[in-house]
Amino acid sequence: MAGNTILDQAFSWLAEGRKVALATVIETWGSAPQPVGSQLAIDGEGNFAGSVSGGCVEGAVVTEALEAIATGKPKVLAFGVADETAWQVGLACGGKIRVFVEPVGL
Amino acid sequence: MKRELLNALLDAKRARKAVAIITQIVGGAQRMVSKEQSANDPLGNILEEAFRFDESGLHEDEFVHVYNPPLRLVIIGAVHIAQSVIPMAVQAGYDVSVIDPRGAFATGARFPDISLHVQWPDEILPLLGLDARTALLALTHDPKIDDPALNLALHSECFYIGALGSKKTQASRCARLKEMGLSDEKITRVHGPIGLEIGAKGATEIAISIMAEMTRTLRLGN
Repeated sequence: MAGNTILDQAFSWLAEGRKVALATVIETWGSAPQPVGSQLAIDGEGNFAGSVSGGCVEGAVVTEALEAIATGKPKVLAFGVADETAWQVGLACGGKIRVFVEPVGL
Repeated sequence: MKRELLNALLDAKRARKAVAIITQIVGGAQRMVSKEQSANDPLGNILEEAFRFDESGLHEDEFVHVYNPPLRLVIIGAVHIAQSVIPMAVQAGYDVSVIDPRGAFATGARFPDISLHVQWPDEILPLLGLDARTALLALTHDPKIDDPALNLALHSECFYIGALGSKKTQASRCARLKEMGLSDEKITRVHGPIGLEIGAKGATEIAISIMAEMTRTLRLGN
């Protein structure tokens, strides 16, 4: 699966001395665009590789990943259907996902 | 994820070993379990199914992430249909190898960016190793090249074996494989004529029908 090349990316970023976090889709409901196990690797500068949603929530995940890098602590994020208050980080497809974000290599 | 765990995971990938990472989503503690050792893990039964169906998932507070070896597609015959199958297979996540002893066919210009072996199948296939995450397509129409490859594939755990040719070609192929000592039961694993029946015309549509049949076999079994 494509997930494997994302781990390779995380590995090479670490080898370059960058800080890295990994985000993984752990649960989906409805028409979520990426299956469980899909991953996003994020470096300390906010560069990322891979996908957890097909583009809808990556921005928010990157922000949380940078925080996970800073605190050294993992967390679980939940994203649901787009609504008025959260449309920027909602899933337009109407699905719901939960994403596990963790620092790598600490 | 600790660095040692990431290294171990990437080592397993390179060695084509199936492993799972189990994460406690509260706190983040992680462990790696290989498919062989999964029965000894507290999540034994869950792991067994997860590996079999290639399905990661959350079980109470533990996330089971299955890392099966990457899918592999071995194509016998550097032919026109292979050129149509390859981009779709790459998109679907397969590592593709093409084998054809005829140097005029197997050229880097015709097959850029994939692993190309100008060798006979019975020389190279044992080195590549056919496993349960591998599909094999015999596309040359030439028994000298296709048959030894099919013979080796039928002795392996390949999840999909397909051979190009009409029903008549398939019947004579089956007869030859039988003469090579293969049982009828084994020979039925060869999908021929290759591909789902979708009325495919031309190389691209045949490639679609092959990819569809391969995917169905991967996800739903034979």
